[in-house]
Amino acid sequence: MIKTLLATAAAVSFGAAAASAQTVGFSQIGSESGWRAAETTLTRQQAEERGIDLKFSDAQQRQENQISAMRSFIAQGVDAILLAPVVATGWDSVLEEAQEAEIPVVLLDRQVDSSEDLYLTAVGSDLVHEGEVAGQWLVDNVGDEECRVVELQGTTGSSPAIKRKQGFENAIEGSDNIEIVRSQTGDFTRTGGKEVMESFLQAEDGGGNICALFAHNDDMAIGAIQAMKEAGVNPGEDVKVVSIDGVPDIFRAMADGDANATVELTPNMAGPAFDALNAYWEDGTTPPKFIQTESRLYTQEDDPEAEYEARKDLGY
Amino acid sequence: MPRVIQRVLPQLLTLAALMALVSVFFPDFLEITYSDGRLVGPVIDILKRGAPVALLAIGMTLVIATRGIDLSVGATMAICGACSAWAISAGYGLAGALGFAMLAGLAAGLWNGALVAVFGIQPIVATLILMTAGRGVAQLITEGRILTFNHEGLAFFGSGDILGVPMPTLIWVLLGVLVALLVRRTALGLLIEAIGINRRASTLAGINSRVLLIAVYMASGFCAAWAGIVATADIRGADANNSGLWLELDAILAVVIGGNSLLGGRFSIAASLLGAMIIQTIDTGILLAGFPSEFNLVIKAALVLVILVLQSPNLAPRFARIARRRRGTPAAGKLTTREAGE
Amino acid sequence: MLLTIRSLTKTFPGTRALDSVDFDLRAGEVHALLGENGAGKSTLIKCLTGAYQRDEGELTLDGAPISPQSTLEAQELGIGTVYQEVNLLPNLTVAENLTFGRQPTRFGMVDGRAMRRQAEEMLSGYGVDVDVRRDLGTYSVAIQQIVAIARAVTLSGKVLILDEPTASLDSREVAMLFDVVRSLREQGLGIIFISHFLDQVFEISDRVTVLRNGCRVATDDIAGLERLRLIEHMLGHELEDETREGRHAHVPSDPSERTLHFEGVGRRGLIEPFDLSVGRGEVIGLAGLLGSGRTESAEVLFGIKPTQTGTARDENGEIALRNPREAVAAGFGFAPEDRKTDGIVADLSVRENIALALQARRGWARPISRAEQNRLADHYIDRLDIRTSDAEKAVGDLSGGNQQKVVLARWLAMNPRFFILDEPTRGIDVGAHAEILRLIEEVTADGMSILVISSELDELVAVADRVIVVRDRRHVAQLTGAEVETDTIVRAIAAPDADSDEEAA
Ligand SMILES: Nc1ncnc2c1ncn2[C@@H]1O[C@H](COP(=O)(O)OP(=O)(O)OP(=O)(O)O)[C@@H](O)[C@H]1O
Ligand SMILES: [Mg+2]
Repeated sequence: MIKTLLATAAAVSFGAAAASAQTVGFSQIGSESGWRAAETTLTRQQAEERGIDLKFSDAQQRQENQISAMRSFIAQGVDAILLAPVVATGWDSVLEEAQEAEIPVVLLDRQVDSSEDLYLTAVGSDLVHEGEVAGQWLVDNVGDEECRVVELQGTTGSSPAIKRKQGFENAIEGSDNIEIVRSQTGDFTRTGGKEVMESFLQAEDGGGNICALFAHNDDMAIGAIQAMKEAGVNPGEDVKVVSIDGVPDIFRAMADGDANATVELTPNMAGPAFDALNAYWEDGTTPPKFIQTESRLYTQEDDPEAEYEARKDLGY
Repeated sequence: MPRVIQRVLPQLLTLAALMALVSVFFPDFLEITYSDGRLVGPVIDILKRGAPVALLAIGMTLVIATRGIDLSVGATMAICGACSAWAISAGYGLAGALGFAMLAGLAAGLWNGALVAVFGIQPIVATLILMTAGRGVAQLITEGRILTFNHEGLAFFGSGDILGVPMPTLIWVLLGVLVALLVRRTALGLLIEAIGINRRASTLAGINSRVLLIAVYMASGFCAAWAGIVATADIRGADANNSGLWLELDAILAVVIGGNSLLGGRFSIAASLLGAMIIQTIDTGILLAGFPSEFNLVIKAALVLVILVLQSPNLAPRFARIARRRRGTPAAGKLTTREAGE
Repeated sequence: MLLTIRSLTKTFPGTRALDSVDFDLRAGEVHALLGENGAGKSTLIKCLTGAYQRDEGELTLDGAPISPQSTLEAQELGIGTVYQEVNLLPNLTVAENLTFGRQPTRFGMVDGRAMRRQAEEMLSGYGVDVDVRRDLGTYSVAIQQIVAIARAVTLSGKVLILDEPTASLDSREVAMLFDVVRSLREQGLGIIFISHFLDQVFEISDRVTVLRNGCRVATDDIAGLERLRLIEHMLGHELEDETREGRHAHVPSDPSERTLHFEGVGRRGLIEPFDLSVGRGEVIGLAGLLGSGRTESAEVLFGIKPTQTGTARDENGEIALRNPREAVAAGFGFAPEDRKTDGIVADLSVRENIALALQARRGWARPISRAEQNRLADHYIDRLDIRTSDAEKAVGDLSGGNQQKVVLARWLAMNPRFFILDEPTRGIDVGAHAEILRLIEEVTADGMSILVISSELDELVAVADRVIVVRDRRHVAQLTGAEVETDTIVRAIAAPDADSDEEAA
């Protein structure tokens, strides 16, 4: 957090010096999760690599802060704005202001309800697709065996929970041998994942009846892995574990053989965003309205130890 | 002793009824087995999973007895958990981790207590400050990530067991017994109740209500510290964003289900602990029953409502009193309080 | 008959508070309801107004049966009530308290100006100087009492009930209240008047009904009723020696033997610096009008409002009195005027309330054993004749007078060397009144020093060795020996240049 503050100060004070470079304002939601912190870190890295001068603003979960940050970017005449919107509604007027100032806006990670004309493009992952990748992995790995799956859902009613569940179900639809037998919310937290997994184990004969676990995020999977270990079940062997996000600790678990696969939700949303912006600045190429990031599947074969090392300092 | 049993009888009956209800949906509910040197079974899970709320409820009972409330315990839990994880990763060892966590909890309590007792800020407002700011403090310590550690000693407090009984269970039972003995074997319990009922009169009788109030909030912080240690040890990491999130509300609910009045005065720690177990039985029962998760909160709310209604024989007169107060004179409401409170 | 009550019965756990009581109230009469502490007077009133639900019995008003379920319903029937304990809301303004539930509205909103006008009108007959816009809680108990009376008077269309309304009023205010009561009587209202001041009862009432242990023992016309007979009805036996007979030789202590010295203690805006020396076993009376600085003197001496000037010392040197705790540690005790907010801890038992101050002084780590607490409680329940079903009853469930006795017991149990009593006999019945004065003699004989604040000059005359007169927040005179007489005190209170020695008191 302190790092962030210093960087902000630096961005503000030295911004003017690099006059020739492109200047991009980035309004981030906050630092409520490790993933978000990593997104911030990677955005900075990407900007630096491309010689872009990044002005960063942390909204601390408040839309008012984001709107005023955007107004200040507009007033400073930046060349583009990256916005990770905290909520979906209420952006129309500030997006119009940006448009009038001819500043392209790229949405990161989340969408808004405003008209598509008001922003250049949105970079994000496809939540349904993530679920499908996870489900497909399971389908490919169980073969014809009977497989009873338990599912740890995200926070009830949240869109990642709904969509990842839907994607997973799409993927296993054709395989009659795979069945979701229990599904409960673990609120995206480790404690939640652990507590719910304990109850699954109780309910499913100490884990003997469970063939695989699908968790809507890695943190719940990590909690569940602990629950299994404590109950004498061997995660990764007795129960296959597949989850989504790709946080460093799940790579560590894969390296230890406790987890089997994860689908990465890349925090590098800025890379594709800057690519699109460069093309736009150069010759006015308008990108598609949605740029889908890759939802890459990592398994134990993908050198998880190295992946862990690569990620552990990103701020997760 | 029979007096104590009599006091907690409604809670015991509620718990028994709930267990019977859960058994309907999950027949093996009461089964306890002994495997690999540890007790295993849904009931054991409840005793273990209920630890954070039970620990918070101990301190909350005391605070509520003084006619206060401590909304900051969830955030304090996060701070203390973060302190212990940080200390263990920084190489201070187990004693350091526990020590830092307890110190942080006491400091949080001192802060709350000073705001309430010295500056006279309403408890709900005073503790709201730390409730909102505390998580930020915890995030500063963890630098916004889940601070994981690899220390079997600390992890033991979350997932270890002694003679088959999970550590978290031992911790809350032990702390509960210690605090209960402390307040009942000394005059603290009486003095706390006195300042909760009539602080002015108690002060005039020579009770040092200021120091006592601060001590009570510090006790609450201390309990929150242990809740934080247990939660952190359990997942082998400090999750500043989620550790103890909303648990202050469960703790207050546990105290209320324990039949303690939010208006202060008479309290029973045993009853609050049973209240915490009742809540955990509901939570675990819902998980075991296997309903879709959309129903979790509705079922919990409905059960809690039923419990509170059943445990309140004064419901009818109380409703009448509220109605009277709404429509009537100030005198009307107050006079009946005594009778209804009987 | 305006109001009739037939076979009214009410039981509480362990107590039969009312046992088949009959009571009649005529239009245009003041009917006094008398009885010892705990006889059931307040309970009868509360059953009548719906604050309590009666177990049995019929009520009729103007011949029609009534059964109010709440005090509001009683008000709508035309029954206005002043309860024994002021039951208004201290954090609302005087005007809001007076008009609560029937605020004048304009366009659906409370009309503040009209409300204030209405409130001022309601108070106009009582000769008090009150800013109706201020919070009620900032005024003294007496003013609060008058506000409660004014409210009840306005609400009462047919019946006005006054439960010990004069306990905290001085004679001037009592006279004004009685004027109001007389005019209401002329308008044909029925008025029920409860009081332990027999003089007032004789002055204002037409008939009396006496309750004893929840039963009605007599109803009589006041004319021709003898005072002693009335007391006999109340107590069930003759009063052994009524207060006035217990004359007491006023022997102030020898100044050179005084052990406790306060020099120049005071606090700006509260009480001007004063000196006070107290001897062992001496009773000092503090007389003055309400708001003259009597209670304030006590608060300064007990550390409730810390002194800004002056020192306190005894044989062993200086005593710190920055807060009540230090005062208690120094062996002081203080039974406050407002027992409900400052005295009792309502939800705690009689036993715990009695043990409280002693326990506070011993500190939390040295609890008083249960056996010892029981012994203390039983001793004082017996000694002060506290009427309770047992020592475990919550103090809040005792009758008003008995609550007062519990507060006294709390301090006596601590055996203070210097005991400040602010209106110690307020709300206490004739029998217990005499008992308490006797008690004061007893404890002073054992060496306890006492400071009594009282509006009842007879009481001061009966017990005090010397009397200090307070006026306008200053100690203005000290009366000793033969000067301790009702009229001398009255004169000293009233006249700036009364013929008393202006000794530095
Ligand atoms: N809410 C209650 N719960 C239990 N007992 C009660 C309650 N209210 C009154 N009592 C009991 O009923 C009896 C009558 O009390 P009540 O207040 O009517 O006396 P009183 O005549 O008004 O006395 P006082 O002159 O002291 O005001 C007492 O013994 C008292 O302890
Ligand atoms: Mg009474």
